[in-house]
Amino acid sequence: MSGGSASIGGHVSGFAATRRSDGWWQGWALTAGGLFLFFGYLTLRAFTGKYYWADPYISPVASPPLFTPVNGPGVVPLHHAWFGAFPSFWPRFLPQSPAFFIPGLAIAFRATCYYYRKAYYRAFAATPPACAVGGAPLKYRGETALLLFQNLHRYVLYGALLLLVFLWYDAFAAFFRNGKFGIGVGTLVLIINATLLSGYTFGCHSWRHLIGGKLNCFSCDGASKTRYKIWKKSTWLNERHMLFAWLSLFWVAFTDFYVMMVSSHHITDLNTW
Amino acid sequence: MATRTFKVWRGDKDGGEFKEYSVEVQPGMVVLDGIHRIQAEHSSDLAVRWNCKAGKCGSCSMEINGKPRLGCMTRLNSLPEGTVTVQPLKTFPLIKDLVTDVSWNFEQNKRIPPVKLKPRDADGNYRMMQEDIDRVQEFRKCIECFLCQDVCHVLRDHHKHDHFVGPRFMIRLAQLEMHPLDTVDRVPAMRKEFGSGWCNITRCCTEVCPEHIQITDNGIIPMKERVVDRYYDPIAWFLKKVFGGSKA
Ligand code: SF4
Ligand code: SF4
Ligand code: FES
Ligand code: FES
Repeated sequence: MSGGSASIGGHVSGFAATRRSDGWWQGWALTAGGLFLFFGYLTLRAFTGKYYWADPYISPVASPPLFTPVNGPGVVPLHHAWFGAFPSFWPRFLPQSPAFFIPGLAIAFRATCYYYRKAYYRAFAATPPACAVGGAPLKYRGETALLLFQNLHRYVLYGALLLLVFLWYDAFAAFFRNGKFGIGVGTLVLIINATLLSGYTFGCHSWRHLIGGKLNCFSCDGASKTRYKIWKKSTWLNERHMLFAWLSLFWVAFTDFYVMMVSSHHITDLNTW
Repeated sequence: MATRTFKVWRGDKDGGEFKEYSVEVQPGMVVLDGIHRIQAEHSSDLAVRWNCKAGKCGSCSMEINGKPRLGCMTRLNSLPEGTVTVQPLKTFPLIKDLVTDVSWNFEQNKRIPPVKLKPRDADGNYRMMQEDIDRVQEFRKCIECFLCQDVCHVLRDHHKHDHFVGPRFMIRLAQLEMHPLDTVDRVPAMRKEFGSGWCNITRCCTEVCPEHIQITDNGIIPMKERVVDRYYDPIAWFLKKVFGGSKA
């Protein structure tokens, strides 16, 4: 046992108190470490504001770019940004990073995801840190009060679906350099990125609900039969939602890393151009 | 013959202590067998609830090495070497030794509005297709062992028995709500009286369920989404305000 005071039934209470003798904290540590590492990396990269572009590859951290800096190492070319250069009133203390706009949606999407909620409620809020292990000594309100905003997850999903369109566009654009068709390692990296993110997004609980889960009768009419078919596919992905959550998170970070390394000439992209 | 030490909590609501017993073990023995051997050889007044010894009656719920589990389905050789610690459930009042009073659960069940079927088809029959009740049937596998209720931190640590019905009854609500022939609307009660918002989807219920019911993913989260449809979807809310509609 660890910590806490024993009571009737020999149970212990208090933070991290448990009679569990298995290594419950291993899963906890792995989750906390993983979240810290990948979200930490992506946040840092969002703030660097450079090495997002290695023609024809764009890092998912910067895509789609609304604005881009006029110059700087590895920045997205001006004609690629929707609205061109960063406006002159952009505060000087903030790096000119396209990551602050639409790509930020991806973070909001993951932050309100039903799987990540479990992961960080356990890892960072310790409510509870693991099953049958005492939670943080704070007043617990569940998702009835402050955390009511989690219910907006479906709206972030709509944004994430849009984002997915851009990431697929980036993946296809990675077949063309200066109008010439070809393929490089980076093209594959971007395609895998869009694929894993699709697997993650279409396994989303809100998507699964909206597309068919909210129906009580799947067989009642033509539309519900079609929705049932999509719901079944979404269910397959939903059962693997945690797996896709981690794979896609890892791969987004890796894709960015790859583009950064090519962009900064640390590695050479193998390609047919 | 091999022996194993069992550390079993003995006592009642006024107090008690762990007692250690050395038990002869054979291959294939489960924890409940060990408890029965203690009853036969050491202490005939050791209280334990059990019935089927097949993982189907849900009586033998206990906490083994700190984890809520069925005594009859936990093989000794699946546990790490060393002492086996056995305790009663934490979340419910203790009666004696390993037996707790789980009647609070039966009270919750009574609060749930029962099924009310829609009218029969013109030929006097009810019809539903297998794909419409697959989801419902998953929840019907429940053996009411209440291990999920025991492990749920909302009840176990925060004692919110007055606010939250617990995972077992969330899936009973889901089972009725998803039923293709049912006509009752339980969404408002799910949010308020039954407290769906108290669950923070940390999934311990699913981890301990001996029937492997996907309590959180297939039951609670879909119900939370239905609550969102009704109460927390600003666009739906706006449309309802502008164009009117039934008050939910
Ligand atoms: S997922 Fe919800 S109902 Fe299940 S144990 Fe956790 S808080 Fe309780
Ligand atoms: S849902 Fe699973 S854990 Fe909960 S009472 Fe039913 S069988 Fe037991
Ligand atoms: S993305 Fe995980 S539940 Fe929506
Ligand atoms: S004795 Fe019936 S479930 Fe264990």
